[in-house]
Amino acid sequence: MTKPAGLRDDAGSKYEPVIGLEVHAQLKTKTKIFCPCSTTFGAAPNSQVCPVCLGLPGVLPVLNERAVAFAAMTGLAVGATVHPRSIFARKNYFYPDLPKGYQISQYDRPLCEGGGVEIHVGEVRKRIGLVRIHLEEDAGKSLHPEGREGVNTTRVDLNRAGVPLIEIVSEPDIRSGAEAYHYLTKLKQILVYLDVCDGNMEEGSLRCDANVSVRPRGQAAFGTKTEIKNLNSFRYVEKAIAYEIDRQIALIESGGRVVQETLLWDSARGVAETMRSKEEAHDYRYFPEPDLLPVDLESSWVDGLRATLPELPDALRERLVREQGIPEYDAEVLTETRALASYYEETALRSGQPKHASNWIMTEVNAVRNKTGDTIESFPIRPDRLGDLVGMVASGRVSGKIAKQLFEIMLTDPAGPEALVQKHGLLPIEDAAALRALVREVIAANPGPAAEFRSGKEKTFAFLVGQAMKQSRGRAHPEKLQAALRAVLTEESA
Amino acid sequence: MSAAENRSIVLESAEALAASVRSGARSALEVARAFLAQADRTAPKLETYLHRMPESALRDAEAVDRKRAAGETLGPLAGVPIALKDNICVRGVPTTCGSKILEGYRPPYDAHVVERLRSADAVLIGKTNCDEFAMGSSTENSAYRVTKNPWDLDRVPGGSSGGSAATVAAREAPLSLGSDTGGSVRQPAAFCGVYGLKPTYGAVSRYGLVAFASSLDQIGPFARSARDTALVQNVICGRDARDTTSRADARPIDLEALEKEITGLRVGVPRAILDEAGDGLAPSIRASFEAAISAFERVGAKIVDVALPHAKYAIATYYLIAPAEASSNLARYDGVRYGVRRADGDLRGMYEATRGAGFGREVKRRILLGTYALSAGYYDAYYLRAQKVRTLIRKDFLDALAAADSLLLPITPTPAFKIGEKTDDPLAMYLNDIFSIPASLAGVPALSFPASFDAAGLPIGLQLVGRPFDEGTMLRVARAYEREHDAASRVPAIVTAAEGGAR
Repeated sequence: MTKPAGLRDDAGSKYEPVIGLEVHAQLKTKTKIFCPCSTTFGAAPNSQVCPVCLGLPGVLPVLNERAVAFAAMTGLAVGATVHPRSIFARKNYFYPDLPKGYQISQYDRPLCEGGGVEIHVGEVRKRIGLVRIHLEEDAGKSLHPEGREGVNTTRVDLNRAGVPLIEIVSEPDIRSGAEAYHYLTKLKQILVYLDVCDGNMEEGSLRCDANVSVRPRGQAAFGTKTEIKNLNSFRYVEKAIAYEIDRQIALIESGGRVVQETLLWDSARGVAETMRSKEEAHDYRYFPEPDLLPVDLESSWVDGLRATLPELPDALRERLVREQGIPEYDAEVLTETRALASYYEETALRSGQPKHASNWIMTEVNAVRNKTGDTIESFPIRPDRLGDLVGMVASGRVSGKIAKQLFEIMLTDPAGPEALVQKHGLLPIEDAAALRALVREVIAANPGPAAEFRSGKEKTFAFLVGQAMKQSRGRAHPEKLQAALRAVLTEESA
Repeated sequence: MSAAENRSIVLESAEALAASVRSGARSALEVARAFLAQADRTAPKLETYLHRMPESALRDAEAVDRKRAAGETLGPLAGVPIALKDNICVRGVPTTCGSKILEGYRPPYDAHVVERLRSADAVLIGKTNCDEFAMGSSTENSAYRVTKNPWDLDRVPGGSSGGSAATVAAREAPLSLGSDTGGSVRQPAAFCGVYGLKPTYGAVSRYGLVAFASSLDQIGPFARSARDTALVQNVICGRDARDTTSRADARPIDLEALEKEITGLRVGVPRAILDEAGDGLAPSIRASFEAAISAFERVGAKIVDVALPHAKYAIATYYLIAPAEASSNLARYDGVRYGVRRADGDLRGMYEATRGAGFGREVKRRILLGTYALSAGYYDAYYLRAQKVRTLIRKDFLDALAAADSLLLPITPTPAFKIGEKTDDPLAMYLNDIFSIPASLAGVPALSFPASFDAAGLPIGLQLVGRPFDEGTMLRVARAYEREHDAASRVPAIVTAAEGGAR
């Protein structure tokens, strides 16, 4: 087996880590899963609530069809089986932010089962299998503001209570923190492509718990696992898993035994600490939710969803390689989001220069975006103008250097590149007389290299071209400049 | 208004009252006043209500009269007072479910049935007493008061909808709503000598009914005639988008069709079920049952033998499923958001103190039963198996109802028992539901109708069971019986005695 890149250097170690992830993704529906309340993030506490999501006596849940559609689309996108019948169940436990004393989830009859996600870790490709994808409602949020005079207060915001979630449970196919990172990145990419989740970890729309165990290499049976919670960034997931693998190996090596428990990741201190032991684990007393009918999906409805699935990242990447002839690496970068890929495709089409378009986006555009934090959608230079610019370079209308100046101007000036060339006097110097005058200046300023050229040192020609180009502030037409330089040099030696 | 005029109003049927209000022969206001006056006299003795609504009732009645004056068409329950069991939510009106844990709670919304009643121009007059969270068969489990049976104030009105049954029997209201999970409408109807309908599961929206056991709960009407029962049922039934278990299949009952003879209609009699009650079945009930069979034969019905082989498992099945669902449904009463809160140290302390003080013994007993039945390792043996038996019981009923148009069963093993008689013996209390629970588990409609009186003057009710969403046939059979024996027209002594011995 090839060592996956990014794995801690323990390939020689006696132990193999086994990791499974449970990802909760908030679905991008306008309303909650069982009531018509808004799901908008950031509203005043308890302003997006109604008797249903408050769990008042006498209310009943009504399933949001769009949430089912989003969950089924996710299943279809990862090749899972979307079951014609699934059943909601109640997960019973007490907590102040759980208004009904139970969470409506799915248990033994989830919406989707199976499927998988392909990840690329360096050069290695690997498929991470999925156990299931099920629908459930989110709980509210407990806030623990600073208590006054030692009085501890907890405040509960139920805006989030009833927001639709899907829980995506992976097979224990992950072998390192790095693989977990790539799996999450890919999963998020798929969800965002499907437009079913905004993928925003800061707002909690993507959350992850990790089940980690280690076993002696070659052993089939799993070791005792621990579950790590509170992993609210992909990097924390990666770090926490690495931490936990090291901890478990060190424990076993020192003669100890891993205890089944739930750990809480402390990102500030970089350690995972016991939250509850196996003995303290909840008995959730699952049973079928009697207030909701089984979810029966018509096959035509599922087929309809399948037909509307957008092109997914893997397929899009392959198509870009095939149709545009760009390298696999470029395609990978350009398909990070659907919007970026569309941006690229439009730029490539407009310019007629697929590879140049790719280079411009991967370097110039992304460099600016990294600095400004712009999304591709908010980036001020749209594909039509960038395409024109790339085309102008390709046709020799402007040099690469001028093009970069133009690009800078275009960031703040919405005019097209051609207009900007006129406006800022960036037209190329093509006039033969002007070019001759220019090269004469350069030759006069560089008598040494000119003499060397004349004595047969062809190499210094490039130097002189560079000097001339510099002198023209990049505006000289490259071919015509070279012709002029050569002509003047030969004339003068004659 | 004179006592005699009031008296004639409170003895009227809901149908006649609505007709007189629509025609203008009576005002909704005088109708409301008559019933409020009646309740002023008897309710303090019977303790039928947890919360009366005289001011809003008079306002609502005046609104009905104004509507008529403005020439608007009035609804089928125009100006008819109606009482609601205290587990049905009315916006801004205390709704406690007979529990301390909801003391002071006022729902911010109306139940579906309340919306329907309002749009039918009915007048809400109060919230009736019930067993805490509808758990009980005597209304003795109310945390607030013990309702008395209008026929004998030493006896229970039945339960859990005891207040709703007693208030109709005592002519404090012509109609009321209760809820039936395992017999909570039918059994008190029988004890109080009125009609009580448990509609098909899904016929009436549960939106706004505080849940006890979600897969069994149905709101149902109490009335003093088959026609009045149908009148209310037509108002409250039908699909509601807020309850996905509600169905559009419920057909409105044609009141005139209830008058059709039942010649040739097959009445199924599952005799074996009588033996299940053994010695617990009172001779008076058996006699009434046999007499009813003869009565149906006399009016042309065909009596057929049917079997419900799994009905004997109904109580065991019910006492797994209902408490299991209840244990989850009642988890929300945690002191965090509404109702009673008892602080005691940490979070767990608050939960324990709140629930310890807020819930009564029977509710706690059922929460424990249900929690146990759903626990890891027991789920398959208890809850899952109970669901399988439930499926068999439903099949029994559907088979029997293929051979018969309606089934005739007892509803209670005895007439109303004495207050305090069974409070120390929960099992005896549970066995009281032996005839009502099977139809609940099957989800089929069932009707308790007044059949006769025993030697002590206590009412005896019997039960008809119908096909899913065919409440009409049952009511037609009951109406045929009613034409021969109008047991519901007898008036309890308290109704007249309370007038100061005028009679």
